[in-house]
Amino acid sequence: MKAKAKTLGLSDRVSDIILVVLCSLILLIVAYPLYYVLVASVSNPYDVYAGKTFLFPSQFTLEGYASVFSDPQIFNGLKNSIIYTVIGTVFSVVMVYCVAFPLSRKDLPGRKWISIFFIITMYFGGGLIPTYLVVRDTGLLNNMWALFLPGGVAMGNVILVRNFFENNIPNELMEAAKIDGADNMTVFLRVIIPLSRPIMAVMVVFSMVAFWNDWFTALIYLKPEQAPLPLVLRSLLIASSASKEAVTDVGYAELNRITEMIKFSSIIVAAAPMLIIYPFVQKYFEQGFMSGAVKG
Amino acid sequence: MKEGVFSVTNPSAITKQRGAGPGSPAPHGKTLGKRIIQSWQLYLLLLVPVVITIIYKYIPMYGIQIAFRDYVPSRGFFGSEWVGLEWFERFFTAPTFKRMIVNTVKLSLYGLLWSFPMPIILALAINQLRFKRFKRVVQTVLYAPHFISIMVVCGMLRIFLSPYGGLINLLLGGQHIDFMTDPGYFRTIYIASGIWQDAGWGTIIYLATLSAVDPGLYEAAKIDGASLFQRIKSIDIPMLVPMIVLQLIMSAGGIMSVGFEKVFLLQTQLNKATSDVIAVYVYEQGIVNHAYSYSTAIGLFNTVINIILLLVVNKIAKKAADVSFV
Repeated sequence: MKAKAKTLGLSDRVSDIILVVLCSLILLIVAYPLYYVLVASVSNPYDVYAGKTFLFPSQFTLEGYASVFSDPQIFNGLKNSIIYTVIGTVFSVVMVYCVAFPLSRKDLPGRKWISIFFIITMYFGGGLIPTYLVVRDTGLLNNMWALFLPGGVAMGNVILVRNFFENNIPNELMEAAKIDGADNMTVFLRVIIPLSRPIMAVMVVFSMVAFWNDWFTALIYLKPEQAPLPLVLRSLLIASSASKEAVTDVGYAELNRITEMIKFSSIIVAAAPMLIIYPFVQKYFEQGFMSGAVKG
Repeated sequence: MKEGVFSVTNPSAITKQRGAGPGSPAPHGKTLGKRIIQSWQLYLLLLVPVVITIIYKYIPMYGIQIAFRDYVPSRGFFGSEWVGLEWFERFFTAPTFKRMIVNTVKLSLYGLLWSFPMPIILALAINQLRFKRFKRVVQTVLYAPHFISIMVVCGMLRIFLSPYGGLINLLLGGQHIDFMTDPGYFRTIYIASGIWQDAGWGTIIYLATLSAVDPGLYEAAKIDGASLFQRIKSIDIPMLVPMIVLQLIMSAGGIMSVGFEKVFLLQTQLNKATSDVIAVYVYEQGIVNHAYSYSTAIGLFNTVINIILLLVVNKIAKKAADVSFV
């Protein structure tokens, strides 16, 4: 019996090691491309293209970043992105809360039908062109609000928030507030909102990510000078890939050196903000999806 | 319009609400009318979201009818002339029709085949990691690519796949393969980068499901001499099956809608033989060429196929695993 337990312990230890090695390998595959771009963004691009920067920067420089922030187009895109992200996030989170709270209330007459009314929009839509035509006919072309309104209410988020209300905020608390004479709005503002900070943090991050990374909506509804950062980067990153001349011809050297550096540093500038914020709310992800999976 | 919605919703709510009984703070003696009046603030909260949803979700749905009309801007959604199935016929006889269908289905199916199992395998591995801190690090890193814009991911791909000094060519020992212009590489690029970006994020739903496993079950299995592999096989996988089937049904409903944004950004003149998909055609016809009715018809065709696939797979799953979505 004892011997058996011992061998078991051993086989467990072996499988532990295999798991850790496997996960480390996956970790490396996922993280390395980002690390490579980070290293390349502070290196001389010719060294990058010559394969000298697999692990460490070569001829360290911050010129790429300086160029990104001094390029009027990229800077404008960055400014637009920040405005859209802030306004879009506030608007989206307010909308999500305005729907999630009533739908979490079992005493709301018509709750089921209102739910269906919203949930249908998760599965059916008008498609690209009918939506485009409505946006145009409501005068939102070239208007920032075209980024926020046509998406309607983010129903996936509503379900997560509603489940949080139902599972984490005790009904007795609301009852108690009501006995004290609080009306629905007071309960919403004084009880629900303060008690739902964790899920609100998740909603803020999800919305920020969505607006910060969106470019297609801006492409079809907005003017070029209203373009957010990812759309500005499109001409830089997608239209031009390093040409043979850029890498070999000395005549192009200086101009291309800057252009190539901007590519790497602009990727970092576009990706870094969201990569920095999500770990702060990561612990709530599983929790949120769990309640979403059970009931949603 | 919104009042209409509420008045429609109310009657059937009566039976439902009375039945809701326990946990409902509404005192039972009150009439429906009184309860509606009492809830006026809740309806007020819903007002703006309902209006936005009607305008930007329901009116476009109603506007799909331009797929059967010849849409003229001056006459609007409902004043343009009916043309029956003319646009659909035009699509079915378009020179690239067959290629687009084949490309769309192949890209989705191969994508599903490769991408679908990844989060499950990852979740099974992560779930068994016993070093909490390492587990947290693995999760954090694996989630990261999900938070990056598709534009940035495609930009990185183009840099890495460049024939002159791109990372992949460097790793292959200084080759000059032009991946972006070769139709043979397109699907691999699309699917592999998709796995890189979203497999980690996809583990969340499975990890959440696995977190409900009673730790005592693992202990009991250990005492019975079950190895790690056996524990995964007989505890974890059965736990995940309903969720896996549910996810599969949902994926089936998206077979015809490949990720438009990524195809659009990875498409070049030279890889169109494999990258030409329906979604890009919808965009080109509609937004670029202003062929509004034609584009809407193609989009509708796509949606109908998706719904049919969803229902078929749903039915199969219901029979095979007793799990269903609708």
